[in-house]
Order: sequence, then C-alpha cells, then structure tokens
Amino acid sequence: MTNIDSKPRMDKQHLQYLFKQMLRIRRFEERCAQLYTQEKIRGFLHLYNGEEAVAVGVMQALNSEDAVLATYREHGHALARGLDMNAVMAELYGKVTGSSRGRGGSMHIFDSAKRFYGGNAIVAGALPLAVGLALADKMQHKANVTVCFFGEGAVAEGEFHESLNLAKLWQLPVLFVCENNGYAMGTALQISESEPHIYKKAKGYGLDAKAVDGMNVVDVEAAAKHYCDAIRAGSGPCLLECNTYRFRGHSMFDTQLYRAPEEVKEWQLKGPIVKLQNWLQDNHELSESELVQLEAEVAQEVNAAVAFAEESEFEAVADLHFGVYTAVTV
Amino acid sequence: MSANKTDSATLSYREAVRAAISQAMHADSRVFLMGEDVGNYGGCYAVSKGLSAEFGKQRILDTPLCESGFVGAGIGAAMGGMRPIVEVMTVNFSLLALDQIVNNAATLRHMSGGQISVPLVIRMATGAGKQLAAQHSHSLENWYAHVPGIKVLSPATVADARYMLAMALADPDPVIIFEHVMLYNETDVVPSPNDCADMHKAAVRREGQDISLITYGGSLGKTLQAAALLQQQNISAEVIDLRCLRPLDTQTIFASVNKTGRVVVVDEGWRTGSLAGEICALISEHCFWSLDAPPQRVCSQEVPIPYPQHLEQAATPQVEQIVNAAEVLLNKPKTKRDMS
Amino acid sequence: MKDILMPSFGADMAKGEVAQWRVKPGDMVKNGDIIASIETMKGLIDMEVFDDGVIEQLLVEEGQELKVGQIIAKMRLSTEPEAEASEGKAPEDKAPHVGTSRLEEQPALATGKQAALEKQALSSVSGAATYAIKHRGDEITQPILKQGRRKKISPLALKTAQQQGLDWQQITQGSGSDGAIVLADIMALKQVGISQTADTDNALQMGKNALSEKSGAADDMRQAIGAVVSRSKREIPHYYLQLDMVLDKAQLWLTQHNQGLAADERILINAVIYVAIARALQQFPAFNGFYQNGKFEPAGAVHLGNAISLHQGGLVVAALHNAQQLSCTEMMMTLKDQVIRAREGGLRMSEMQDATVTVSNLGDRGVDSIQSIIFPPQVAIIGIGRPRTIPWVLEQRLGIATVVSVSLAADHRVSDGHSGARLLNKINKLLQKPESLV
Repeated sequence: MTNIDSKPRMDKQHLQYLFKQMLRIRRFEERCAQLYTQEKIRGFLHLYNGEEAVAVGVMQALNSEDAVLATYREHGHALARGLDMNAVMAELYGKVTGSSRGRGGSMHIFDSAKRFYGGNAIVAGALPLAVGLALADKMQHKANVTVCFFGEGAVAEGEFHESLNLAKLWQLPVLFVCENNGYAMGTALQISESEPHIYKKAKGYGLDAKAVDGMNVVDVEAAAKHYCDAIRAGSGPCLLECNTYRFRGHSMFDTQLYRAPEEVKEWQLKGPIVKLQNWLQDNHELSESELVQLEAEVAQEVNAAVAFAEESEFEAVADLHFGVYTAVTV
Repeated sequence: MSANKTDSATLSYREAVRAAISQAMHADSRVFLMGEDVGNYGGCYAVSKGLSAEFGKQRILDTPLCESGFVGAGIGAAMGGMRPIVEVMTVNFSLLALDQIVNNAATLRHMSGGQISVPLVIRMATGAGKQLAAQHSHSLENWYAHVPGIKVLSPATVADARYMLAMALADPDPVIIFEHVMLYNETDVVPSPNDCADMHKAAVRREGQDISLITYGGSLGKTLQAAALLQQQNISAEVIDLRCLRPLDTQTIFASVNKTGRVVVVDEGWRTGSLAGEICALISEHCFWSLDAPPQRVCSQEVPIPYPQHLEQAATPQVEQIVNAAEVLLNKPKTKRDMS
Repeated sequence: MKDILMPSFGADMAKGEVAQWRVKPGDMVKNGDIIASIETMKGLIDMEVFDDGVIEQLLVEEGQELKVGQIIAKMRLSTEPEAEASEGKAPEDKAPHVGTSRLEEQPALATGKQAALEKQALSSVSGAATYAIKHRGDEITQPILKQGRRKKISPLALKTAQQQGLDWQQITQGSGSDGAIVLADIMALKQVGISQTADTDNALQMGKNALSEKSGAADDMRQAIGAVVSRSKREIPHYYLQLDMVLDKAQLWLTQHNQGLAADERILINAVIYVAIARALQQFPAFNGFYQNGKFEPAGAVHLGNAISLHQGGLVVAALHNAQQLSCTEMMMTLKDQVIRAREGGLRMSEMQDATVTVSNLGDRGVDSIQSIIFPPQVAIIGIGRPRTIPWVLEQRLGIATVVSVSLAADHRVSDGHSGARLLNKINKLLQKPESLV
C-alpha cells in the first residue's frame, strides 16, 4: 500500500482532473433533470448539483480496494468512484444494461467490483453496513478504508449514534463523511439538531473529527487523505464534516419553500466548480480552449450515455424473480 | 466439546445449538458470533456459555445494546466476506432492527441486480410460556416469513437445533433461525448428521390417515401430545413439523392434506394475519377437492400475552384445543379433560 | 423548431398549470433559464429550458390546466451551439450573464401554501382500522348456517360422487357438521342399489351388478339397504295404521273378467289392489311425494313403487309410472313384465328412479300383515298381507270372508292419522266397487 502524500497536490494536471470530474457530475445531473421532466427517468431523483467537491475530493484518498457507501443522492459518488456513465444512465432508465440491471433505479446504484455499495434509500441505513464492512476488513486483516457518505439529516437517526459508537469501540477503519448541506429535505439543520456542528457529535464518541469547506475540492481532498492515512495506520474511525449546499431541491418535486432564493444564489456564487474554475483561470491553468475541450468531452460522454440508455433493452418480465435468492426459487 | 463426542450423545436443545456454533467456528474461520451478552455473560439463554473462552473475544463478539447497529454491522460483515452469526436476544428486540433486515438484508441482492451477496445468519429466541408478559412473548415468525429475500427456519427438535445452523451458514442468502424459549431445556439423542433432512424440507413427525396436524417450533410438542390423545379415540393423526417457514415445503403439506382430507394448523402467532392463515390459504388453493372439512387453525388469542400463568396459557395454543379442533372436524364429541 | 412540453416533476404528477410565463416570444434563452412558473399540487416549481435558442411562441395561457407532456411553447434552437460555447456553456454559477440566467434575481414566489412533504404525498393514507375479533375460548367458531336450498357437500365428497356417477342429491341429510354431506355418506350411497345418476350406462351397469348373482354384490346390497332403512328409522317419524279389507267383491269381479281369457291375460288380485291404491292416492297428495330439505313436495303423478324381492336376497323398488291412470289390465301387464325384468336385471333407469310412494306386498310370502319402513325421501309405504279367508260379520250375521290386511306407514311430519285413516278407507271403498277400477 503506497503512502499517499497528505499534502494537497496543486499541479495543473491534477486540478484539471478534479475540475473535469466535477463537471462530469454536474452535466450528468443537469441532463437527468431534463430527462426526468420528460418522464424518461421515473420514481425519485435526487441531484447532487453543488456538492460535487465532496464526492470528487474524498475519492482521491481511496484506492480500488476501499469500500464506498452513499445515499440516494449518489450519482456523483458513483461517477467519481469510476462507475461507467453508460451503466449509471441505463440504470436511471431502468434498462437491463444498468448497473443494477435496472432493478434499483436512481437510489440504488451498486457496483460490487468497484466496492461501491449503493445507493441506499433509508436515511442513515447504510451506516451500520459501513461498520460491518469495516469489521470484515479488520477481521480479515485488510488495510482497507470504508467510506460512508451521508447527509446531516442522518445524524438525527439512532443508527448514526449506534454506528459511531460501534466503530470507535471496535476501532474500525471507517471514514464517516457527513455532507452537511443544511437541509434534510425541507428541514433546516438549525431546527432539528440541538448541536448543529456534526463533527462535535463525533468527537463526543471519541472519533477524530473536523469540519471542512465542502465547496473547496482541494481542501476536501487534503482532509480526506489525512484521515485515510490515519485510518490505514490504525487510528480508528474518523468523521469529516463537509459544509456544502445543494443548488436544486431535495428531489425534482420540491417547491423549495423552506429556503429563500437569495440563499441559493449566494451559494451558487461560491459553488465548487465556479471556485475551482476561477482559481484555475486566475492562475492561467485553464485556457478557454481547454475549457471548451473539457466541456465537449463531457458533453460527448453524457450524450453517449443517454444514447446507450435509450437503445438498451428492458429486462424480460419472465425474469422477475431473478436475484431474490441466489438460486432463483419460485 | 468436539463434534464427534456429541454426535450420538443426549443433548439439550441449547447444548445442541452451542455444539453447532462451535463446530461451525472450528470449520470456518470466517464464522463468528456477535450479539448482546454472548461473550462474557455466556448468552442470555446460556447458549454460548464457554465459547468466549474457546474462541476469544474477537470471534465471540459482545455488542452494545444497539440492535439496528449490530444487525446492520452483521449484514455489512457478510457483504465484506465474513460469515457472521448475529444473535438477537429475542424476536421482541429484533423490531429495532427491522429496517436493516427488511430494507437491507432482504433487498441487497435483488436491488443490486444480483451483485451483492448477504450470507448472514441471524438467530433469535421466540415465543411465550415463561410469564414474561406482553413485550417479551412475541411470536413474529410470520412477519419475517412474509419478506422475499430472506429465509426463515424453525428448528423444533434437538436434532434440528444441532444441524440446521450449518445448513443456514452454507446458504448464500440471509437466514433467520427462530429458537423457541420453551425448547432450550428439552433433551434428546442427537442422530447422525446424515439423518437430518435438508433445511428446506418439512418433516412428518407422526404418520396418520384421518387428519393432518401442521405446526412448527414450540408448538410441535403439544401437537404430538394431541395426536397421542386422539389415537385413544381411534383417530389417526398425521403430524407435520414445518421446519422451514420460508420457503414453505408445500409438497409435504399438500401430500398430507390430500391424503387425510382434514387439517388443523397450530401456530403460536396471533390468529389474525398468522402464518397458519397463509398455510390454510395454500391448502384451499391446492387441496380444495381433497377436503372433507374446512381447514382449521389453533392460534394465540387476540390479546397481548398476559403475565399470570392461567391467562398466558389461555391466550396461547394448548393440547386440549388441538384435540378439540380435530374432534370437531371428525364430528366426534369434544372431550374435556383436566390438563393440570 | 423544438416543442416545449409541460414537464413532469415527480412520478405522481399528472398535470400542471402555467401560473406565470417568465419569457415572451423573441426572448433569447440558455440551457437552465427559467421560462415559467408551474403550479403543481405541491405548489409552484420553476420550469427551466434545456436548450439554447429563442422563444418563438407561447401556446397556452396562464392559468390553463394541462397534462404532463402537453406542448406549451415552441422555440428555435441556436443554429450554432458550439459558437456560443464560451458564453453559453460556461458553468452557470459564474457571475450573471448577458440575458437571463438561473442566477437572476427572481421575484419571490412564496404563495403561502404549505409544501406537501414528498413522503406524505406519495404514501397512501390508510384509515386507522381497529377491530377486535372475538373467538370463543378454545372452540372453533362454527360456520354460520346458510339456510336455503343449497345442500352442503364437502369438495371430497362431491368429487367422489361425480367420479363414481352417484346422485348425491338424494341424500337429505349428511353426517358432516351442519348436515353437510361428507365422504362417508357418499360411500354409503354407493352401496345402495337404488342409486341414480346422470350417466345412464353407469347406472344400468351398476343396477345390473347390484342385481346380479355375484355374491359380493348381494352383500353390498344388504349393506346398502341396511344403510337406507337405518336412516329412515332415524330421520322419519313413522306412524302406523292398518285396515282389513274384504276382497270378495273384487274376487268375484275378477273371476267374471278372467272367464274365457288365456292364462297370460288373466288379472290377479294384486293388480286390482294396486290400482285401487294408486287411484286413492290421487286424492291424498300428502302420501305421494318427497320430503327433502325440510319440506314436502307432493308429486303430481302417482308412480307406485313396487317392492320386488330378488332371488339372491335383497330388494328393489321399481316404479309403475302413472299408476293412477292404469286399468287393471294394464297394471297386470306392467307388473308381470316388471317382475321378470327385475329378476333378470333388466329394469330401466326411470323405473329405478321415479317411485313416489311404495307398495310392499308380502302376501305371497304368507304373512297376514306387514309394518313397513318408508324409503326416504318418500313419505309413505303401503303394505299388503296375504288374502285370508276368515270368519267375518256381515250384516249382523257371522259368515266368512276373504280379507286382506292393508297397512300404512306414513311420515308424521307430512300427514297424520286422520288423513291416513281416510286414505285406507278410500282404498277399501274402491275395492268394494271393482268395476270402477277398470
């Protein structure tokens, strides 16, 4: 296991890479919004616009053997983890070529080969799973990190507390990443938590924990790498609170009456892509033609994914019972 | 205790479970036991007594009181390559973990399009009879048997307690094993493992011609007693022990009912929405033209289980009720006997 | 030209309304710009456009309710999407652009409506149904009796009856709970020789078997008869009446009638008695018909059931159809023929099925009188003893007469002794006027 330098890498190549990763997610999500209004994507759709830096930044600290769990707002995490965009789009379409054979949809993206374990629709439902995966790694003497992404709304659920307690009690290699976007659907953090600083709660359980600017992908990467190094060295679980904001509603069917449009605008001005783009352009590390090129590549990838999903087949109804049990039983 | 020594010995049900856990852990280093008080305390029902000393605290893992947390952790550990046996102290506490079981364990394989495996075993004590009152006396096997994606076992004999665990561990899907609290002290000779049927099969515990009595778990003993009493009236009752509650061994059930034409299902769950209701529906659907009388159920009464013994007994299935149910179906006069 | 459609914002959104247009024809728009406020069941949601171009036409008015997917506007796409990339494709969260952008200050849209939470909107509201089910102690609750014409029969009994060609309808009361017919009843029926069925061949074969010389069949018949008479005794409240009837006049008439006739044309006294009985029964419908399902239905015609004993033991009752219409000659012919056929196993199905009342004549066997058992679902049986010549009082003087004892066993649910006595007396009266029986 190579020792990853915990200092942020500021070279142009890496930053442009980070920029592109965030852009891919953003354009993918925008396209999903359009497709949803056209009823190509059904059910619930929770978009990640504005939070891209968290998924992209944290993924830089992980290797292919680490495990990742996320929530129902996980398209960005899936793409950042390296899932094929075609497969993710096909999953949203419900096609058999989707990452879960179309069985799961937007909220249940899985890829066991990439140790990407969803895709979970129950708030805080994945935290105990993360504890278990880390427990298995520890018992098998593997130096993996299990990363569990969750929103700050999960902190109200009992499973958050049970999981942090178990993780620290057993010194498990879990990185809890709390994406604090200020709203649990329509409920503001201030009116639901007596202690609104999430990292402080984790500290109460003995975890190493801190807050970081979730709009700054470089800060996020640095913090994640720092913690993952510690976890691999046996420090036990850590919690990273990323302060971020989602630019769109909780899901598509959201009137957003719980927050003022001015607030949304304020955050959009300091969004992760804007921030990095500004810095890159100010430091002459991103030319106009390079930007155009990046956008074109991303557009091409998104278009190809949509075309792939459109052309793919739906699973045969006769196979309805597939996957309920290992051996398909009646 | 080595497996060999116990194979032909007389064991109690709890000793049989203990032997099963021990054997499994010796055989496969991925197997470990986790739950409340399984280690230092030796298990609420003394099932895991001595195992902590034998296997160490890492493999007999005491958990804090967080059912959702540690059952979810068990699921995650199974996903991650281990073979955990999660002990939930009783089905009554499992309600706290329903989200993890129903929304994760049962769905992960299907929801991921077949990618994720959850080879998990959960053991739970179940049932009434110890005057533990409403919150400690549930029989909720049917709630779990309702959910596609998990399997549910109910070992009612010492032999099944000894050998069903290994089969459950070998199964790649999540399996829940229910151990009735009144069975732990039962003793019996343990047969050889080859004599134990596959975990998906029901067992004909007593052959008969006139009526089928179908049951599972803690009610098996009472049903067999009822069959013996019926024999005194020259009524030949066949007793079926379901053993596996999901999937149900419908082949054995239907063969019996088609033969006898009459059936009573004995189920300690509450009558409404009971597993017995499901079985009666299946019988009506598949054995209708063989029936000489309507299918009947003997279940718990529609009350939370009361504390005082006489009320607890009145609320739960008893031998006399099973006998009477059979008598009604066979147009015999109901016998009343002093059961004290 | 591109169509702009009413968007879907959620799986359960079926329709929406353009509450306010935010653009007008001629406006330039970019991907992401808000072009309308859509009123949905949850409240107002901004609608964005996903292409760059110019709004050509607004096709619907504000306030018009529309289905998801309906066209609401048209736009002309930018002819050169690449050329505008640097301006149009840059991330929208940069500082405000030329033209409208998602970031542009928007008028407050708060309408004061409560936002329905997604969970509530999409979950069904289930009424809190609380109910208590009472079950009596340890007893199985009995099914509610369904009063009516339908007989209860268990599926197994029905299947068996159908497979074996047995007419289970003739079973009035089964031995299952609530009188349901169960397998045991079908098995009893099977062994009765008088079983009836829609399958003619089956029935005749069965009848033949029952009447054959095979010893097994004879045992079965004995058992079957036993079952029937047992049930009759169990279920039917019998009452018994008897009357000695003087036959002299009839015999005299018969002698005169038979004079000059060939042997096989002569009428025997039995025929005369049967005719008298049949005609008398016409006037007493309470003795001719069936008692089933708790009620009595009189039969129209009198199909007199002739109880014929068989050589190998056992009994069969063969119907003399419309006996009330037969003359003595016709009755004689029918009787003769029927007895022969009965003993050879050649009875017709209708003969085996249709008797509405039975006559049991043991006169040949040499007994004075007979108290019979009614064959359900009939409600009477008339027994005839042997004609015997005995001292008799005629017009106050002792003489001799030939009398026959005629007895009546009847179902007390349907008739009483008063009517029974009148019936017997009617028969007697007819026998005293034999010429009226021709």
